[in-house]
Amino acid sequence: MCTTCGCSDNQDVNYTIPGADTHAHSHDHAHPHDHAHSHDHVHAHPHDHVHAHPHDHDHADPRAALHAGMHGRTIALEQEILAKNQALAERNRGWFEGREVLALNLMSSPGSGKTSLLERTIHALRDEMQIYVVEGDQATTNDAERIRATGCAVIQVNTGTGCHLEADMLARGMQQLKPPPGSLVLIENVGNLVCPALFDLGERAKVVVVSVTEGEDKPIKYPHMFRACRLMLINKIDLLPHVRFDVDRCIAYAREVNPGIEVLCVSAETGEGIEAWYQWLRHELVGQQESASADHAV
Amino acid sequence: MHELSIANGIVEICAERAGDARVIRVRLEIGQLSAVMPDAVRFCFDVCARNTVLEGAALEIIETPGRAVCRDCDGEVSLVQLVGRCTCGSANLRVIAGEELKIREMEVA
Repeated sequence: MCTTCGCSDNQDVNYTIPGADTHAHSHDHAHPHDHAHSHDHVHAHPHDHVHAHPHDHDHADPRAALHAGMHGRTIALEQEILAKNQALAERNRGWFEGREVLALNLMSSPGSGKTSLLERTIHALRDEMQIYVVEGDQATTNDAERIRATGCAVIQVNTGTGCHLEADMLARGMQQLKPPPGSLVLIENVGNLVCPALFDLGERAKVVVVSVTEGEDKPIKYPHMFRACRLMLINKIDLLPHVRFDVDRCIAYAREVNPGIEVLCVSAETGEGIEAWYQWLRHELVGQQESASADHAV
Repeated sequence: MHELSIANGIVEICAERAGDARVIRVRLEIGQLSAVMPDAVRFCFDVCARNTVLEGAALEIIETPGRAVCRDCDGEVSLVQLVGRCTCGSANLRVIAGEELKIREMEVA
Protein backbone atom coordinates (compact mmCIF):
# COMPACT_ATOMS: atom_id res chain seq x y z
CA MET A 1 0.00 0.00 0.00
CA CYS A 2 1.15 3.48 -0.76
CA THR A 3 1.72 5.41 2.43
CA THR A 4 1.10 8.73 0.79
CA CYS A 5 -2.39 8.18 -0.62
CA GLY A 6 -3.29 4.74 0.66
CA CYS A 7 -3.60 3.21 -2.79
CA SER A 8 -2.76 -0.43 -3.26
CA ASP A 9 -0.57 -1.93 -5.87
CA ASN A 10 -0.01 -5.53 -6.81
CA GLN A 11 3.21 -6.15 -4.99
CA ASP A 12 2.31 -4.71 -1.59
CA VAL A 13 5.28 -2.43 -1.68
CA ASN A 14 5.30 1.31 -1.85
CA TYR A 15 6.85 3.37 -4.52
CA THR A 16 6.62 6.47 -2.48
CA ILE A 17 8.58 9.54 -3.16
CA PRO A 18 9.43 10.92 0.28
CA GLY A 19 9.16 14.57 1.06
CA ALA A 20 6.61 15.35 -1.62
CA ASP A 21 3.84 17.57 -0.30
CA THR A 22 1.40 16.82 -3.05
CA HIS A 23 0.80 13.37 -4.29
CA ALA A 24 0.28 13.79 -7.98
CA HIS A 25 -0.02 10.25 -9.25
CA SER A 26 -3.41 8.80 -10.06
CA HIS A 27 -4.10 5.14 -9.53
CA ASP A 28 -3.22 4.39 -13.08
CA HIS A 29 -0.05 6.26 -12.62
CA ALA A 30 0.58 9.19 -14.87
CA HIS A 31 4.29 8.47 -14.62
CA PRO A 32 4.79 4.89 -15.68
CA HIS A 33 7.02 2.70 -13.61
CA ASP A 34 8.37 0.89 -16.61
CA HIS A 35 10.73 3.68 -17.41
CA ALA A 36 11.63 4.47 -20.97
CA HIS A 37 15.27 3.93 -20.10
CA SER A 38 16.41 0.46 -19.20
CA HIS A 39 17.79 -0.14 -15.75
CA ASP A 40 20.80 -2.05 -16.89
CA HIS A 41 22.42 0.78 -18.77
CA VAL A 42 25.75 2.13 -17.71
CA HIS A 43 25.48 5.33 -15.81
CA ALA A 44 27.74 8.23 -16.43
CA HIS A 45 28.12 8.38 -12.67
CA PRO A 46 28.57 5.28 -10.47
CA HIS A 47 25.82 4.18 -8.12
CA ASP A 48 27.85 4.08 -4.97
CA HIS A 49 28.74 7.72 -5.09
CA VAL A 50 28.04 10.13 -2.29
CA HIS A 51 25.20 12.36 -3.22
CA ALA A 52 25.79 16.03 -3.26
CA HIS A 53 22.08 16.61 -2.79
CA PRO A 54 20.17 15.35 0.22
CA HIS A 55 17.56 12.64 -0.23
CA ASP A 56 14.86 14.61 1.49
CA HIS A 57 14.62 17.09 -1.33
CA ASP A 58 11.33 17.99 -2.91
CA HIS A 59 10.58 15.28 -5.39
CA ALA A 60 7.85 17.28 -7.08
CA ASP A 61 10.27 17.75 -9.93
CA PRO A 62 9.68 14.73 -12.21
CA ARG A 63 13.35 14.58 -13.11
CA ALA A 64 14.11 14.00 -9.45
CA ALA A 65 11.64 11.13 -9.39
CA LEU A 66 13.30 9.63 -12.41
CA HIS A 67 16.64 10.00 -10.72
CA ALA A 68 15.37 8.25 -7.58
CA GLY A 69 14.18 5.36 -9.71
CA MET A 70 17.69 4.65 -10.82
CA HIS A 71 18.92 3.76 -7.34
CA GLY A 72 16.57 0.99 -6.36
CA ARG A 73 13.16 1.17 -4.82
CA THR A 74 12.68 3.32 -1.80
CA ILE A 75 10.12 1.85 0.56
CA ALA A 76 8.63 4.21 3.09
CA LEU A 77 8.21 2.44 6.41
CA GLU A 78 7.58 5.19 8.96
CA GLN A 79 7.57 2.55 11.62
CA GLU A 80 8.36 2.87 15.29
CA ILE A 81 11.31 0.64 16.05
CA LEU A 82 9.85 -0.44 19.35
CA ALA A 83 6.40 -1.03 17.88
CA LYS A 84 6.66 -4.80 18.16
CA ASN A 85 7.51 -4.69 21.85
CA GLN A 86 4.80 -2.09 22.37
CA ALA A 87 2.20 -4.29 20.69
CA LEU A 88 3.19 -7.27 22.82
CA ALA A 89 3.13 -5.07 25.92
CA GLU A 90 -0.42 -3.97 25.13
CA ARG A 91 -1.40 -7.60 24.75
CA ASN A 92 0.06 -8.33 28.17
CA ARG A 93 -1.79 -5.33 29.57
CA GLY A 94 -5.07 -6.66 28.23
CA TRP A 95 -4.29 -10.09 29.62
CA PHE A 96 -3.65 -8.61 33.08
CA GLU A 97 -6.75 -6.43 32.98
CA GLY A 98 -8.94 -9.31 31.88
CA ARG A 99 -7.80 -11.30 34.89
CA GLU A 100 -7.73 -8.33 37.26
CA VAL A 101 -4.09 -9.07 37.89
CA LEU A 102 -2.00 -6.16 39.11
CA ALA A 103 1.43 -6.20 37.45
CA LEU A 104 4.14 -3.81 38.59
CA ASN A 105 7.53 -3.31 36.98
CA LEU A 106 10.21 -2.60 39.61
CA MET A 107 13.42 -1.05 38.40
CA SER A 108 16.59 0.31 39.98
CA SER A 109 20.36 0.19 39.91
CA PRO A 110 21.89 -3.09 41.00
CA GLY A 111 22.02 -3.29 44.79
CA SER A 112 19.26 -0.86 45.72
CA GLY A 113 17.44 -3.55 47.69
CA LYS A 114 14.67 -4.61 45.30
CA THR A 115 14.84 -8.27 46.27
CA SER A 116 14.90 -7.46 49.99
CA LEU A 117 11.91 -5.22 49.47
CA LEU A 118 10.07 -8.06 47.74
CA GLU A 119 10.96 -10.52 50.50
CA ARG A 120 9.57 -8.23 53.16
CA THR A 121 6.49 -7.42 51.10
CA ILE A 122 5.73 -11.11 50.55
CA HIS A 123 6.08 -11.91 54.25
CA ALA A 124 3.81 -9.03 55.20
CA LEU A 125 1.07 -9.45 52.61
CA ARG A 126 1.02 -13.18 51.83
CA ASP A 127 -2.18 -13.76 53.83
CA GLU A 128 -3.85 -10.82 52.22
CA MET A 129 -3.04 -11.26 48.53
CA GLN A 130 -1.63 -13.87 46.17
CA ILE A 131 1.80 -12.70 45.08
CA TYR A 132 3.80 -13.92 42.08
CA VAL A 133 7.29 -12.74 41.22
CA VAL A 134 9.25 -12.46 38.01
CA GLU A 135 12.99 -12.07 38.54
CA GLY A 136 15.01 -10.56 35.72
CA ASP A 137 18.77 -10.87 35.77
CA GLN A 138 21.46 -11.43 33.21
CA ALA A 139 22.62 -14.56 35.00
CA THR A 140 22.10 -16.79 38.06
CA THR A 141 18.91 -17.82 39.82
CA ASN A 142 20.07 -16.35 43.13
CA ASP A 143 17.24 -13.86 43.42
CA ALA A 144 14.61 -16.41 42.47
CA GLU A 145 16.02 -18.73 45.13
CA ARG A 146 15.61 -15.99 47.72
CA ILE A 147 12.00 -15.45 46.67
CA ARG A 148 11.29 -19.17 46.58
CA ALA A 149 12.52 -19.39 50.15
CA THR A 150 9.61 -17.18 51.17
CA GLY A 151 7.23 -19.75 49.69
CA CYS A 152 6.12 -17.43 46.90
CA ALA A 153 5.78 -18.62 43.29
CA VAL A 154 8.58 -17.15 41.20
CA ILE A 155 10.11 -17.41 37.78
CA GLN A 156 13.61 -16.29 36.89
CA VAL A 157 14.22 -14.80 33.50
CA ASN A 158 17.88 -14.71 32.58
CA THR A 159 18.42 -12.29 29.78
CA GLY A 160 21.96 -13.37 28.96
CA THR A 161 23.58 -10.36 27.35
CA GLY A 162 20.27 -8.47 27.47
CA CYS A 163 20.13 -5.57 29.86
CA HIS A 164 16.38 -5.42 30.37
CA LEU A 165 13.20 -7.47 30.22
CA GLU A 166 11.03 -7.25 27.13
CA ALA A 167 7.31 -7.79 26.73
CA ASP A 168 7.60 -11.21 25.12
CA MET A 169 9.78 -12.42 28.00
CA LEU A 170 7.06 -11.40 30.45
CA ALA A 171 4.42 -13.10 28.31
CA ARG A 172 6.39 -16.34 28.37
CA GLY A 173 6.95 -15.95 32.10
CA MET A 174 3.21 -15.58 32.65
CA GLN A 175 2.48 -18.71 30.62
CA GLN A 176 4.56 -20.67 33.07
CA LEU A 177 3.72 -18.82 36.26
CA LYS A 178 -0.04 -18.69 35.57
CA PRO A 179 -1.03 -16.07 38.13
CA PRO A 180 -4.70 -16.50 39.09
CA PRO A 181 -7.30 -13.71 38.81
CA GLY A 182 -6.94 -10.94 41.36
CA SER A 183 -3.29 -11.68 42.13
CA LEU A 184 -0.30 -9.37 42.32
CA VAL A 185 2.63 -9.88 39.93
CA LEU A 186 5.81 -8.13 40.96
CA ILE A 187 8.37 -7.94 38.18
CA GLU A 188 11.92 -7.27 39.29
CA ASN A 189 13.60 -5.96 36.18
CA VAL A 190 17.33 -6.24 35.47
CA GLY A 191 19.25 -3.84 37.72
CA ASN A 192 19.80 -0.97 35.32
CA LEU A 193 18.50 2.60 35.27
CA VAL A 194 18.80 3.08 31.53
CA CYS A 195 17.40 0.39 29.24
CA PRO A 196 14.36 -0.94 31.11
CA ALA A 197 12.78 2.52 30.88
CA LEU A 198 12.39 2.09 27.13
CA PHE A 199 10.69 -1.27 27.11
CA ASP A 200 7.07 -1.38 28.15
CA LEU A 201 6.08 -4.77 29.57
CA GLY A 202 2.36 -4.16 29.88
CA GLU A 203 2.51 -3.40 33.61
CA ARG A 204 0.00 -1.14 35.31
CA ALA A 205 2.77 1.02 36.73
CA LYS A 206 6.53 1.32 36.79
CA VAL A 207 8.20 1.76 40.15
CA VAL A 208 11.77 2.92 40.61
CA VAL A 209 13.76 2.11 43.74
CA VAL A 210 16.63 4.36 44.82
CA SER A 211 18.65 3.68 47.94
CA VAL A 212 20.26 6.29 50.15
CA THR A 213 23.66 4.72 49.57
CA GLU A 214 23.46 6.00 46.01
CA GLY A 215 23.73 9.58 44.85
CA GLU A 216 20.67 11.75 45.41
CA ASP A 217 21.08 13.05 41.86
CA LYS A 218 20.10 9.74 40.26
CA PRO A 219 16.81 11.23 38.97
CA ILE A 220 18.56 13.86 36.88
CA LYS A 221 21.33 11.50 35.83
CA TYR A 222 18.82 8.97 34.53
CA PRO A 223 15.83 11.15 33.63
CA HIS A 224 14.20 8.65 31.26
CA MET A 225 13.74 6.18 34.05
CA PHE A 226 12.31 8.63 36.55
CA ARG A 227 10.04 10.15 33.96
CA ALA A 228 8.61 6.74 33.06
CA CYS A 229 7.82 5.78 36.65
CA ARG A 230 4.71 6.53 38.67
CA LEU A 231 6.31 5.86 42.04
CA MET A 232 9.79 6.36 43.48
CA LEU A 233 10.70 4.35 46.56
CA ILE A 234 13.65 5.71 48.51
CA ASN A 235 14.99 2.61 50.24
CA LYS A 236 17.45 1.95 53.10
CA ILE A 237 16.35 5.06 55.02
CA ASP A 238 17.60 3.33 58.20
CA LEU A 239 21.08 4.21 56.92
CA LEU A 240 20.38 7.94 56.59
CA PRO A 241 22.33 8.88 59.75
CA HIS A 242 25.46 7.33 58.24
CA VAL A 243 25.39 8.64 54.70
CA ARG A 244 25.33 11.96 52.92
CA PHE A 245 22.03 11.68 51.13
CA ASP A 246 19.68 14.64 50.94
CA VAL A 247 16.17 13.15 50.73
CA ASP A 248 14.48 16.46 49.93
CA ARG A 249 16.90 17.21 47.16
CA CYS A 250 16.43 13.74 45.68
CA ILE A 251 12.66 14.28 45.66
CA ALA A 252 13.08 17.74 44.12
CA TYR A 253 15.24 16.26 41.35
CA ALA A 254 12.69 13.54 40.68
CA ARG A 255 9.87 16.10 40.46
CA GLU A 256 11.95 18.20 38.11
CA VAL A 257 12.02 15.26 35.71
CA ASN A 258 8.51 14.03 36.50
CA PRO A 259 6.31 16.57 38.32
CA GLY A 260 3.64 13.94 39.03
CA ILE A 261 5.85 11.22 40.53
CA GLU A 262 4.74 9.79 43.88
CA VAL A 263 7.41 9.26 46.53
CA LEU A 264 7.64 6.93 49.52
CA CYS A 265 10.59 6.59 51.90
CA VAL A 266 11.06 3.07 53.24
CA SER A 267 13.48 0.66 54.82
CA ALA A 268 13.14 -2.91 53.64
CA GLU A 269 15.51 -3.82 56.49
CA THR A 270 13.73 -2.31 59.51
CA GLY A 271 10.27 -1.85 58.04
CA GLU A 272 10.26 1.89 58.64
CA GLY A 273 7.76 3.61 56.34
CA ILE A 274 6.93 0.33 54.62
CA GLU A 275 3.26 0.39 55.58
CA ALA A 276 2.74 3.24 53.08
CA TRP A 277 4.10 0.98 50.33
CA TYR A 278 1.66 -1.77 51.32
CA GLN A 279 -1.16 0.77 51.24
CA TRP A 280 -0.06 1.84 47.79
CA LEU A 281 -0.16 -1.78 46.63
CA ARG A 282 -3.65 -2.34 48.10
CA HIS A 283 -4.89 0.82 46.42
CA GLU A 284 -3.46 -0.22 43.04
CA LEU A 285 -4.91 -3.71 43.32
CA VAL A 286 -8.36 -2.21 43.84
CA GLY A 287 -7.67 0.21 40.99
CA GLN A 288 -6.83 -2.64 38.65
CA GLN A 289 -10.05 -4.45 39.55
CA GLU A 290 -12.04 -1.29 39.00
CA SER A 291 -10.52 -0.57 35.60
CA ALA A 292 -11.18 -4.18 34.59
CA SER A 293 -14.85 -3.93 35.52
CA ALA A 294 -15.08 -0.52 33.83
CA ASP A 295 -13.88 -2.22 30.65
CA HIS A 296 -16.50 -4.92 31.01
CA ALA A 297 -19.18 -2.25 31.40
CA VAL A 298 -18.17 -0.78 28.03
CA MET B 1 23.20 -1.87 25.61
CA HIS B 2 19.57 -1.62 24.59
CA GLU B 3 20.92 -0.56 21.21
CA LEU B 4 21.41 -4.25 20.43
CA SER B 5 17.68 -4.91 20.88
CA ILE B 6 16.96 -1.83 18.85
CA ALA B 7 19.27 -2.85 16.00
CA ASN B 8 17.71 -6.31 16.07
CA GLY B 9 14.29 -4.73 15.81
CA ILE B 10 15.38 -2.65 12.83
CA VAL B 11 16.77 -5.67 10.99
CA GLU B 12 13.65 -7.72 11.75
CA ILE B 13 11.24 -5.06 10.54
CA CYS B 14 13.19 -4.31 7.35
CA ALA B 15 13.83 -7.96 6.48
CA GLU B 16 10.15 -8.73 6.86
CA ARG B 17 9.19 -5.96 4.47
CA ALA B 18 12.00 -6.61 1.98
CA GLY B 19 11.15 -10.26 1.42
CA ASP B 20 13.80 -11.63 -0.93
CA ALA B 21 15.04 -8.24 -2.06
CA ARG B 22 18.41 -7.03 -0.88
CA VAL B 23 18.28 -3.94 1.30
CA ILE B 24 20.95 -1.42 0.36
CA ARG B 25 20.07 1.50 2.59
CA VAL B 26 18.07 2.12 5.74
CA ARG B 27 17.19 5.53 7.04
CA LEU B 28 16.35 6.02 10.69
CA GLU B 29 15.22 8.93 12.76
CA ILE B 30 16.63 8.98 16.27
CA GLY B 31 15.77 11.85 18.55
CA GLN B 32 18.55 13.31 20.64
CA LEU B 33 16.44 12.81 23.77
CA SER B 34 15.60 9.19 23.03
CA ALA B 35 18.33 7.62 25.21
CA VAL B 36 19.56 5.73 22.16
CA MET B 37 23.08 6.33 20.92
CA PRO B 38 23.36 6.47 17.13
CA ASP B 39 26.95 5.19 17.16
CA ALA B 40 25.99 2.19 19.22
CA VAL B 41 23.08 1.48 16.87
CA ARG B 42 25.45 1.66 13.90
CA PHE B 43 27.81 -0.80 15.52
CA CYS B 44 25.04 -3.22 16.46
CA PHE B 45 23.29 -2.86 13.12
CA ASP B 46 26.27 -4.25 11.23
CA VAL B 47 26.42 -7.19 13.60
CA CYS B 48 22.68 -7.89 13.43
CA ALA B 49 22.55 -7.49 9.64
CA ARG B 50 25.01 -10.31 9.04
CA ASN B 51 23.55 -13.23 7.08
CA THR B 52 20.33 -11.34 6.38
CA VAL B 53 19.09 -9.42 3.35
CA LEU B 54 20.41 -6.32 5.11
CA GLU B 55 24.02 -7.41 5.15
CA GLY B 56 26.18 -4.54 3.95
CA ALA B 57 23.31 -2.05 3.89
CA ALA B 58 24.17 1.56 4.56
CA LEU B 59 22.62 3.04 7.67
CA GLU B 60 21.64 6.69 7.62
CA ILE B 61 20.57 8.28 10.87
CA ILE B 62 18.75 11.57 11.10
CA GLU B 63 19.23 12.96 14.58
CA THR B 64 16.31 15.12 15.60
CA PRO B 65 17.17 17.85 18.12
CA GLY B 66 15.16 18.09 21.32
CA ARG B 67 12.51 20.77 21.66
CA ALA B 68 9.97 21.49 24.33
CA VAL B 69 7.11 23.85 25.03
CA CYS B 70 6.94 25.53 28.42
CA ARG B 71 3.66 24.81 30.19
CA ASP B 72 3.93 28.07 32.11
CA CYS B 73 4.80 30.66 29.48
CA ASP B 74 4.11 28.77 26.22
CA GLY B 75 7.62 29.56 25.05
CA GLU B 76 9.58 27.04 23.03
CA VAL B 77 13.04 25.91 24.11
CA SER B 78 15.61 23.59 22.67
CA LEU B 79 16.83 20.75 24.87
CA VAL B 80 20.06 18.78 24.75
CA GLN B 81 18.89 16.46 27.50
CA LEU B 82 15.59 15.45 28.99
CA VAL B 83 15.97 17.76 31.96
CA GLY B 84 15.98 21.43 31.23
CA ARG B 85 14.51 24.80 31.97
CA CYS B 86 12.68 27.38 29.97
CA THR B 87 14.17 30.86 29.68
CA CYS B 88 11.37 31.94 32.08
CA GLY B 89 12.89 29.62 34.72
CA SER B 90 10.19 26.97 34.67
CA ALA B 91 11.07 23.27 34.56
CA ASN B 92 7.51 22.36 33.62
CA LEU B 93 8.22 21.44 30.03
CA ARG B 94 6.40 19.31 27.49
CA VAL B 95 8.78 17.64 25.06
CA ILE B 96 7.57 18.04 21.48
CA ALA B 97 10.56 16.70 19.54
CA GLY B 98 13.65 14.64 20.12
CA GLU B 99 12.13 11.37 21.34
CA GLU B 100 11.73 9.80 17.90
CA LEU B 101 12.83 6.22 17.34
CA LYS B 102 11.68 5.36 13.88
CA ILE B 103 12.56 3.65 10.62
CA ARG B 104 11.71 6.23 8.00
CA GLU B 105 12.43 4.26 4.85
CA MET B 106 14.64 1.73 3.21
CA GLU B 107 15.96 1.22 -0.27
CA VAL B 108 16.00 -2.19 -1.87
CA ALA B 109 18.03 -3.24 -4.90
